[in-house]
Amino acid sequence: MLDPIFLLEAVVNGILLGGVLALLALGLNLIFGVIDIVWIAYVDLVALCMYAVYFLVTLYAWPLWLAGLVSIGMGALLGVLVHLLIITPILTSPPINQLLATGGLLFFVQSFATLLWSTDHRSVRVAMPTLEVGGIFISFTRLLAFALAILAMVALYLFLTRTYTGTAIRAVSQDREAIALMGARPQRLYLVTSAVGGAMAGVAGALLIIQYAVHPYFGSAFGPLTFMICVLGGLGNMVGAFFAAFIMAQIISVGGVIVSTEMGYVIAFVVFIVLMFVRPGGIFARRA
Amino acid sequence: MTPLRAAGLLALVALAVVPVLPLGSAQEYIWHVVIQIFLWSFVGNAWSLMGRFGLVSLGHGAFLGVGAYATVLLWNAYGLTPWIGAPLAVALTVVLALVVGYPCSRFQVVGHYFALVTLAVGEVVRLLIVAERDWTGGSLGVTFQTTGTTSAGWSLQFSDKRVFYYVGLAAWLFGLWVWWRVDRSMARSAMEAIGEDETAAASVGIRVARFKMAITALSAALTALGGALLALYLAYANPDTMAGIGVSLRIVFAVVLGGMYSLLGPFVGTALTIALGEYLRIYFGIKLIGMAETIYGLLLIVFIIFLPAGIYGSLAQAFRRRRAPPSRDVPARA
Repeated sequence: MLDPIFLLEAVVNGILLGGVLALLALGLNLIFGVIDIVWIAYVDLVALCMYAVYFLVTLYAWPLWLAGLVSIGMGALLGVLVHLLIITPILTSPPINQLLATGGLLFFVQSFATLLWSTDHRSVRVAMPTLEVGGIFISFTRLLAFALAILAMVALYLFLTRTYTGTAIRAVSQDREAIALMGARPQRLYLVTSAVGGAMAGVAGALLIIQYAVHPYFGSAFGPLTFMICVLGGLGNMVGAFFAAFIMAQIISVGGVIVSTEMGYVIAFVVFIVLMFVRPGGIFARRA
Repeated sequence: MTPLRAAGLLALVALAVVPVLPLGSAQEYIWHVVIQIFLWSFVGNAWSLMGRFGLVSLGHGAFLGVGAYATVLLWNAYGLTPWIGAPLAVALTVVLALVVGYPCSRFQVVGHYFALVTLAVGEVVRLLIVAERDWTGGSLGVTFQTTGTTSAGWSLQFSDKRVFYYVGLAAWLFGLWVWWRVDRSMARSAMEAIGEDETAAASVGIRVARFKMAITALSAALTALGGALLALYLAYANPDTMAGIGVSLRIVFAVVLGGMYSLLGPFVGTALTIALGEYLRIYFGIKLIGMAETIYGLLLIVFIIFLPAGIYGSLAQAFRRRRAPPSRDVPARA
């Protein structure tokens, strides 16, 4: 029989993982909700930001917080570039082609990373203590990352609800024809959305590199999970994605402890498939 | 006989005599590349049976993987000849496809959602293969064991590549024939109507669920057969090259690159991607690892942006437009 303390530790780790996954999913979900295109390569952009932080910290000895800020800027820049170079020409193409164009980007980023930096796993070591609470060990790094992730999500929420641009972005996602009639320019809003979504990737990259090692195929490891969280929460539904991330993280973390790491993921994916049948619009969608 | 048909026949004869041509020291390698093109085109064709009707599956890696692994594992564990093992693998895959496909159709999981559900199925199969490493070999893959004194006709392992050349050619032609039969059938009109609008299709009396299940089962069965043949030819199966998101995307890429609404589109796309991959691999060799794939990825993006109907599809469109202006256009999917 499994010691309950391990189970409790798995639950706590699941919550911490949930924060990171929610951050990943929110940026992607924002882009999806507004532009209606799934960026298959989104997590690969996150991996590029992780590389940036890694090299700034280990090679040039920058402080972590400064490298993190650079990572956010770089993420925003990448988002804009992807939008201008790849998404803009295919905005009116069939969805399959849009999906595949960013899929091509996935191949490109992964192999280009292999070419430049080889397949080595790289991570930034941060000397921080491990907390012990009632027999449970919690890494302080992960706790910090969790707190910052929540902070970033609150910032995104405030941006979307309290600013003029944010309101316009939400309006586009509701009706892209009507917003053009209201005098806003959807193209400009798309660009802003891509930049904000990219910046979220930058935040995620900075927070992930202190917990996980980055390698060229990092995007493939977290990518499918990120899409599933977006779909589960309802594509474009921010609050839904947030909770879906915690549900999936719990399944993976607890399932991983009870059975095995792979089976944790298998169970999570099967739950996703079944939930899609039961609630096709996401777990928080109202039945039409 | 039209000139087009004559050219096709000529090309077929040329393909059939390639193995007897003296190609010098590179002949084994050329055969190897062509066999792969045949088998992957066959798989691509199977995918396009669903893809062209708007059932964009990113989970064909699952079907490929089950086909390949079931065939290999039945032989390794029970000594079951692939003559029986491969059909069993195909049957198993059809069951899997229906188990996933039926709820998808019943609950109207379409579009992005269908793509992501199938993607999850592909990942589940890949992760299960990795997790059950005791008997599947895990991420190291599994080798088709040929130790023992069984005849080649029983284990379907041939040291002569030409056997698989003709097997591959036959499989590819069979795939084309199936595609052509579907293209000429009532089912095609029904499926196109379903792809445009399910509710409208149902309202004019099309049995939506039945047609969807039939095309899904057919596509999955052919993909599993392709997986079994690939595993037999390579005598090896690996979860990363035979299941999961990577291989699923590769199949879809090749087909979309060539053009998924045309008979030879999957072949053109597959031949091009494999030839390009091989060329870049030889050109760059072991220096600059990743260079070949980098160029491949870039080209994919460029092709999808500038030739959205695929290479063969775009060419065929241009050709048709020149010959007969009011032609049937490739159905656009919004």
